Amino acid sequence: MVENQKNIPFAFRHFTPEALRRALRKMHLIRLFEEGAEESYMRGLIHGTMHLSIGQEASAVASCMELTDADKITSTHRGHGHCIAKGADVGRMFAEFFGKETGYCHGRGGSMHIADVKTGNLGANGIVGGGLPIAVGAALTARRLGRDDVTVCFFGDGANNEGAFHEALNMAAIWKLPVIFVCENNRYGMSTPATYATAVKNIADRAVAYAMPGITVDGNDFSAVAEAMHTAVARARAGEGPSLIESLTYRWRGHSKSDRNRYRSKDEIEDWMSRDPIMRFRTDLIAHGVLDAAGAEAIEAEAKAAVAAGIDFARESPSPAITDVTKFVHAEAAA
Amino acid sequence: MNAQTLFPEVQQREMSFAEAIRDAMAIALERDPTVILMGEDIGVYGGAFQVTGDLIERFGADRVIDTPISELGGAGVAVGAALTGLKPIFEFQFSDFAALAMEQIVNQAAKLRYMLGGEAAVPVVFRMPSGSGTGAAAQHSQSFEAWFGHVPGLKVVQPSTPADAKGLLLAALEDPDPVIIFEHKLLYKMKGPVPLGHYTTPIGKAAVVREGSAVTIVASAIMVHRALEAAAELAKEGIEAEVIDLRSVRPIDRATIIASVRKTGKLVCVYEGVRTLGVGAEISALIAESEAFDYLDAPIQRLGGAEAPIPYNPDLERAAVPQTPDILSVVRRLVRGEV
Repeated sequence: MVENQKNIPFAFRHFTPEALRRALRKMHLIRLFEEGAEESYMRGLIHGTMHLSIGQEASAVASCMELTDADKITSTHRGHGHCIAKGADVGRMFAEFFGKETGYCHGRGGSMHIADVKTGNLGANGIVGGGLPIAVGAALTARRLGRDDVTVCFFGDGANNEGAFHEALNMAAIWKLPVIFVCENNRYGMSTPATYATAVKNIADRAVAYAMPGITVDGNDFSAVAEAMHTAVARARAGEGPSLIESLTYRWRGHSKSDRNRYRSKDEIEDWMSRDPIMRFRTDLIAHGVLDAAGAEAIEAEAKAAVAAGIDFARESPSPAITDVTKFVHAEAAA
Repeated sequence: MNAQTLFPEVQQREMSFAEAIRDAMAIALERDPTVILMGEDIGVYGGAFQVTGDLIERFGADRVIDTPISELGGAGVAVGAALTGLKPIFEFQFSDFAALAMEQIVNQAAKLRYMLGGEAAVPVVFRMPSGSGTGAAAQHSQSFEAWFGHVPGLKVVQPSTPADAKGLLLAALEDPDPVIIFEHKLLYKMKGPVPLGHYTTPIGKAAVVREGSAVTIVASAIMVHRALEAAAELAKEGIEAEVIDLRSVRPIDRATIIASVRKTGKLVCVYEGVRTLGVGAEISALIAESEAFDYLDAPIQRLGGAEAPIPYNPDLERAAVPQTPDILSVVRRLVRGEV
């Protein structure tokens, strides 16, 4: 039995079938949410721009499996998946994208600043690397207040060449703070290949410079990400310090809505699309008897309904009052 | 009941500007377990200007935290800590080094509450030793208050006395939003009476520090002292200048400035930051746009820093920022109707 267990991937040994089904639901929800956002953008219901993480769902969901609402995350401009993985409601997310008062940021933030502080999501960030020092600060708070919360700091391959990355990892390490740095390496910082922009072969190699464990995992393998996170979260909660996880993945869509994909080939994109992380997880779930095909279809259908309801909620929600343009700049004066 | 109990005498003690700030930080650390200090060499070294002094011995390294030389990262850690429940006081060794941390101050701290629709607060305090006069040349002598004053979401104050240095710092800690305090380095050793215990000086309120009827001089930080010195000299000539200590750059105290200019009909702004697009431009504009405009009987005058980096040579350094004779000269010409 023990020998047999060894051949079962971590996720299927470690999580309950219910937790695994919830994870699949979240992955579908992320994919369908982003497809819904993209369609709404095409139809002119959402303005500005957005950065889609379609193709990166396994990494986001697996990274948040062992987090509670007390644990924090900091996210990136490509942060919709993290937000949903951490427990946000897609209706309030759509409302934010539609610029509505009922949105998570009351229409002031949009896609690039989506946050849900109540579930521990300290926010997406429009600045590459902006969330890295903030995550270390959140971990410092947990230490100071004597809590065992951890902070998961998501960032992309582009951020690993920002000064903020190096400063943040160094400080987290010297103070042994409970941070898990999760680099979602989707191979391109806008158009620039990570292999061109980064001196080391693996971004996780940079962990050595900051005396913390570094590991590179297949970011489209739910179980591999979850296993690396499990180790890192346990280390952080035990007060042993930070870790760096490099999660190799790929964004199917362009960097933002203005991207013409001139820097990568159709073949490359199609190759990654043929290895869809959601279908891969779904197949594994069925293979390990967690659900059957009908069960998987039902989960997807449920996510579809949630997305449709979310879009309706957003469309019907009121816009902020024009006179409230300076509201929220500062705390409201006490009445 | 005697007068003593009705109006208990506020106990005060003579302290230097630096001691007053340290006193404020010690009171804050004692009152509120969520207050922490962060900065470079603020521990056993006591801070580059000896402002934190012995606080590490009194409160320990868990609360008086030496950061690596990492201004961007350090400021960002303070922002993240503030966002999640602490009240960090972050000391930049020199305000010039805040240029390394503009991202976290301007893009993050100032905007997080707004971007998140009021669902988050960043009650961080940034302390910035600032200004020229120490022979430290162009990268250790600047006055950036107008830079930060241009950013909605930040509050920016410049105390000129030990009592206000303490009161504004304690007010900044009670403020739920980020506050930047510019501390002029030449003031650190200046002594003055400081009330003991906890009190706050309101952010956004200027102080009329000398009353007069002939001209209004609005000055900030060390310029307040030069303006007062000039005003004493001018009084001997029969010119009664009103001196306003600006204290707060953002929000700016429109009412106090407008009321004074309505009374005097003349305005001189004296500030150390570069003259063009500086604090004086905002003060001039708020008068030009207000009812006080009709009371002006002479053009507004601005005395600000030279259009140059702060130079090393001591004579050049003095020439690069307003000095007392400059104030005397401009006020005399203004009063004589020569401008």
